[in-house]
Amino acid sequence: MTVETAARPRYEDIEPGFRLPGRTFRVERKDLVRYGGAACDYNVIHWDDRTAVAMGLPSPIAHGMFTMGLALGVLTDWAGDAGAVVDFGGRFPRLVPVPNDGVGVELTVEATVMEKLEPPRLRLSVAVRLGGSDGGKVLTMPRTIVALR
Amino acid sequence: MNEGCVGKVYPPTAPYEVGREKIREFAAAVREGNAACWDTEAARALGYPDIIAPPSFPMVLTLEAEHDAVHDPELGAANQNRFVHREQRFAYNRPIHAGDVLTVTVRLAGVDSVAGNDVVTYESTLTAADGEHVCTGRSTFVIFGQEGGDVR
Repeated sequence: MTVETAARPRYEDIEPGFRLPGRTFRVERKDLVRYGGAACDYNVIHWDDRTAVAMGLPSPIAHGMFTMGLALGVLTDWAGDAGAVVDFGGRFPRLVPVPNDGVGVELTVEATVMEKLEPPRLRLSVAVRLGGSDGGKVLTMPRTIVALR
Repeated sequence: MNEGCVGKVYPPTAPYEVGREKIREFAAAVREGNAACWDTEAARALGYPDIIAPPSFPMVLTLEAEHDAVHDPELGAANQNRFVHREQRFAYNRPIHAGDVLTVTVRLAGVDSVAGNDVVTYESTLTAADGEHVCTGRSTFVIFGQEGGDVR
């Protein structure tokens, strides 16, 4: 894991409509297993093919909170402070099956500043799509509050 | 499900001590690269007492606490072992840092039914050892009642 200290954006310099640098993550089954271990989430639907098939899914699904964790990392990276995201919530409108084929899936994170709240807070809208920027949304976080310094 | 359980508050969980290596393990899993999660000096430079947890870290504590609540026999949820997350929110008072000793208090905020499946919403409050409020989570899970049922 690379540890970087980037120059932090300033509240004064950001206007609504600003789009953060997006990012695409490749997610394989092993990443789900790793997240499940780290998060103490042992739900079989995230790793067991037999259970997934019995539930009508093509393969086990990514943890919603794994997807959210990836998205939040895009925000903390931009803010330069892992403590900057002070309020966030999201829905998982689609499940993300992750085949155990050594290839997995791609998740693309997009984030836009929607509104400047009382300094130093910004409201962002964040979405994660399955595949590229034209893929279906698997996570929407319309009210994500980032406190800059 | 027993709607009379809505509002029920479960006893606080056993204290959970947040360790540096647990934070780093979690940060690696979600590919969190911010130095405040990895390096004590970088965290202190930002004014934190020690390395801080990535924003979604409270899930490590709340999931188990809420999972236990789903199994409350008084609630009577069907087939509690099959559930999928539908929504999650966390609102922070301050970041979680290494050395925090946290307890979780779970409250059943709502029950619902969607397409024949039970839906439960919990509000979980994380409190530090000195009583300071750290953050509050709100989680919604869909519990799949039927064997072989479609999760959609």
